[in-house]
Amino acid sequence: MGDRDPWQMDSAALRSLRSSLFLAAQVPPLPPRQRVVTSVLAGRLPTQSLWQSIRSLFYPVGMELAADALARFDLADKLFDRVDRLSGGERQRVGLARGLVTAAQLLLVDEPLSALDPTRSEQAILALTSAARERGATLIATLHQVNTALRHFPRIVGLRDGALFFDLPSQDVTSALLNELYAQKLHELSGPALDATNFANAPAAPAPSAVMHCR
Amino acid sequence: MFWALAFLVLLWPMLVLTEFKPWVLFEGNSLKPTLKFLGDFFPPKIEPSFLQLVLRETWRTVAIATAGIALALIVAIPLTLISVRVLSISGLTGRMSPGAAVLRQLVRWLLIVLRSVPELIWALVFVRVVGLGPTAGVIAIALTYGGMLGKVYGEILESGDAHATTSLLRNGSGRMQSFFYGLLPQNSAELTSYTVYRWECAIRSSAVLGFVGAGGLGQQMDTSMKMFAGAEVCTMLIVFMMLVGLADYVSAWLRRNLG
Repeated sequence: MGDRDPWQMDSAALRSLRSSLFLAAQVPPLPPRQRVVTSVLAGRLPTQSLWQSIRSLFYPVGMELAADALARFDLADKLFDRVDRLSGGERQRVGLARGLVTAAQLLLVDEPLSALDPTRSEQAILALTSAARERGATLIATLHQVNTALRHFPRIVGLRDGALFFDLPSQDVTSALLNELYAQKLHELSGPALDATNFANAPAAPAPSAVMHCR
Repeated sequence: MFWALAFLVLLWPMLVLTEFKPWVLFEGNSLKPTLKFLGDFFPPKIEPSFLQLVLRETWRTVAIATAGIALALIVAIPLTLISVRVLSISGLTGRMSPGAAVLRQLVRWLLIVLRSVPELIWALVFVRVVGLGPTAGVIAIALTYGGMLGKVYGEILESGDAHATTSLLRNGSGRMQSFFYGLLPQNSAELTSYTVYRWECAIRSSAVLGFVGAGGLGQQMDTSMKMFAGAEVCTMLIVFMMLVGLADYVSAWLRRNLG
C-alpha cells in the first residue's frame, strides 16, 4: 500500500489500487457458461477500456497470454471449453491462471491447492511462484500443505488462534516449532488439515515471505 | 364450522356487491341471442379475401408485440444496469454511498410507476394521443413491459451468485466490464428465457389491446363482435389460438437453443 490509507482514498485512486492487487478465492469465481479463454482474460479487464473488453468477448484480445498462462497449469487444450465442462481441480487452476495474466503487484491466493492432487499441486505452486518471480510481484498464499510451503516459499508465517506465532525464513522453521504450532491438532500434520491454514507467502524480488497458520 | 361461517359472512356481501347472478345466463331473453350468436360460429368464415385480412391483422399483432418488446428492452436495460445493487462499487466496502443509493431507489420507483399502469390503460391513453392504430399498442407494450422487464431483470441479476461479479470489481474492473464478464454470463440463461416468455405474453396482450383501438387482430375481432358476425369471430378465435400455440412453440424452441 505504500504509506497511503485506503480508507481515505477517492474512488478513482481506490480503483487503481484494486487493480494492483489480485485476490484468488478458494472457490474460483467463474460463471459456468463462460469460455475458459474469456474467464482467464477477465484478469486483464483493469488494463482495458470498456470498448476493448467488449470486443474481446468476441475476438479475445491477448489470446497468447491466456494460452501461455493455461499452459503453465497444463490446461492448454481447454482454452475454448466452457467452464461448466471442467472438473473442480481444472476450474481451480483456471482461477489461478487468471491471476497470471493480471498486472497485479500483489497476488493473494487463498488455498490454491485445496482441490488438487499432489502432482498437480506441485505444478500449480511452481507456476505461481515462478510467475511471481518473473514479474517481481509478491505472492502470498495460505496453504494446508506444510511440506509444500517449506519447499517452495522463502518466508513462512505461522498463525495460531488468529495471532502471529512465528515469522521466519523457511530454513529456520524447525519441526519442533511446527509441532508446537499444531500442538492441540497433531493429526493435522499427518492427515489433511481441517481448519488449519498455512500461509505461504512467496518469492518476488522485493520482500519474499511465506506464511503458515493454525487456529 | 367457524371458518365456514366466517367464509359465508365474507363471501355473501361480495357476491351481492359484484352482482353475481349466474341465472341471468339462462333467462329466455338473454339465452336466445346468445345461442344465435354461438350458432353463427359454425361454420367459420373461410372466404379467401377474409382470410387474407385476418392473416394481415395477425401479422400486425405479432409485429406490435415484437416492436413493443424491442422498445421495452431499450427502456429496461439501462434502468436495470443503474438499479442493480450487485454492480455497486461503493457497496464493496460496506454501505453504498448515499448518492448511489438514492439514485437506485429513484430508478426502482420509476419502474414501479411504469408497470403499475396496465398496458390496456396506457393503450387507452395513447389512442387518444396518437390516434387509432398500432402505434398506441406499441407504446403501451413498451412502457408496461419496460417496467416489468426492468424489475424482473434486476431481481434475476441480484438473486444469482454474485461471487464472479464482485471478485471482478474487487480486482479493479469497471462496473460495465464486470457486468459483461461476470453478471451477464452468470445469468444469461434466465434472462433469455424470461425475455422470450414476455414476448409470448406481449403477443397475447397485443391482441387484447386491439379492442381499445390499438390495431391488430383484436381490433378486427372487436368490429366483428359488434356486428354479431359469429362466423368471423370464430375464424379469428381459431387463428388466435393457433397464434398463441405457435408463440408457445417458438418460445420453447428459442429457450432450448439460447438457454
